[in-house]
Amino acid sequence: MTSSVLVVDYGMGNLYSIGRALEHLGASVQISDTAESIEEADRLVLPGVGAFADGMRELERRGLIKPLKKYIASGRPLLGICLGMQLLFEASEEFGEHRGLGLLPGRVVAVPETDVDGKPHKIPHMGWSALRRPVNRHSWAGTILANVEEGESVYFVHSFMAVPADKSNRLADAYYGGQQICAAVQWGQIYGCQFHPEKSGKVGLGILTSFLQIE
Amino acid sequence: MPTVRLIARLDIKGPNLIKGVHLEGLRVIGDPNEYARRYYEDGADELLYMDTVASLYGRNNLTDIVSKAARDVYIPMTVGGGVRSPDDVKMLLRAGADKVAINTAAVRRPELITEISRRFGSQCTVLSIEAKRIGPKRWEAYTDNGRERTGLDVVEWVAQGVSLGAGEVLLTSVDCEGTTKGFDLDLIRAVTAAVPVPVIASGGLGTPDDFVRAVHDGGADAVAVAHVLHYQKHSIAELKKAAARAGIEVREV
Repeated sequence: MTSSVLVVDYGMGNLYSIGRALEHLGASVQISDTAESIEEADRLVLPGVGAFADGMRELERRGLIKPLKKYIASGRPLLGICLGMQLLFEASEEFGEHRGLGLLPGRVVAVPETDVDGKPHKIPHMGWSALRRPVNRHSWAGTILANVEEGESVYFVHSFMAVPADKSNRLADAYYGGQQICAAVQWGQIYGCQFHPEKSGKVGLGILTSFLQIE
Repeated sequence: MPTVRLIARLDIKGPNLIKGVHLEGLRVIGDPNEYARRYYEDGADELLYMDTVASLYGRNNLTDIVSKAARDVYIPMTVGGGVRSPDDVKMLLRAGADKVAINTAAVRRPELITEISRRFGSQCTVLSIEAKRIGPKRWEAYTDNGRERTGLDVVEWVAQGVSLGAGEVLLTSVDCEGTTKGFDLDLIRAVTAAVPVPVIASGGLGTPDDFVRAVHDGGADAVAVAHVLHYQKHSIAELKKAAARAGIEVREV
């Protein structure tokens, strides 16, 4: 079965890699920035690299905010990656206070500038970090992390991070200098990854494969 | 810190993967795509492509090589050599690169660093440094594969480049490059102490121990490896195992 996936192009960063990875996995990929394409999509990826406020502005400028909310209300699968995950939340404090899509309760805040011992560490958090199952998650079965073993690493590049208000939305954590980072979220068929599955080697391709199989 | 990255470095001339000593005396190794795929399969954390003659001829020929690699390789790829403008960057990102490394063009016009990082993000802007030792704990920045002097002090230039927007530093020691006699640890220490962004140590790795020293003694965030991989003296797994034994966190292969 070929899955068709819409990658939303709203002018925020490099879409080629995610498109290529999905095609490599046998999906038929459409890259578009129109409301109609979102209405018709079976499966949607919201990618994005850049500043939160720019992301919201670009979605708004293209008239995509309402279609995205409608899409999500319909229960079809969505995967937000990096900024695309952060935009799902209510607000961000990146360069001032900015409202997000508000689909998940919680905020986007700066990655702590120090490790747990109070020593400064490098920002952005860039590189490979291990995925950990939050205590309230007994299993990743049936989610996009179904093929992942706890402790396997994925590739991160970010200076801000989501803090879900509802702990049950936390799907995976990572630790940077001992500081907890929300690595992935889930709410029904809505998923978000702070890391880049399209750049996370075989583990990442496994995550995208699972996303393509979500019913 | 996140795991220390092992980066497979692929120096390119024309269609070929090549390797030299002190960035000179280049020998053809083979088809870059074959090596790129192998290093990806073997557990490299990133790939780094450097076009060794791009600046010399005022061109960038890596687009084809990178776009071929992007079909099989799903880890971050950095590309350098002959990058002159934000449009060059756009073309390379479109081909599948995630970051670009700039040296010659940035030395000529430092504002280019800001232009690229504003448009594509500092996470995508790597300042490439070719350092030659000119005295005790003093190094001069070179361009064009260690052929052209710039008169710039490496530590000062790196600090300026980072303040202009570079998000990472690729630090190649021309003196050690290709010798497999170990890194210039003083150089790595001087640069990691001067800037708050990740530093990739490049040039000189001969043994797994050199990997450990670059991190423990130098403070490197990542290590670029070429010679010992191309000539199959050490595998990626071997290098990572040695690092892990020394208490360095690495992504398991």
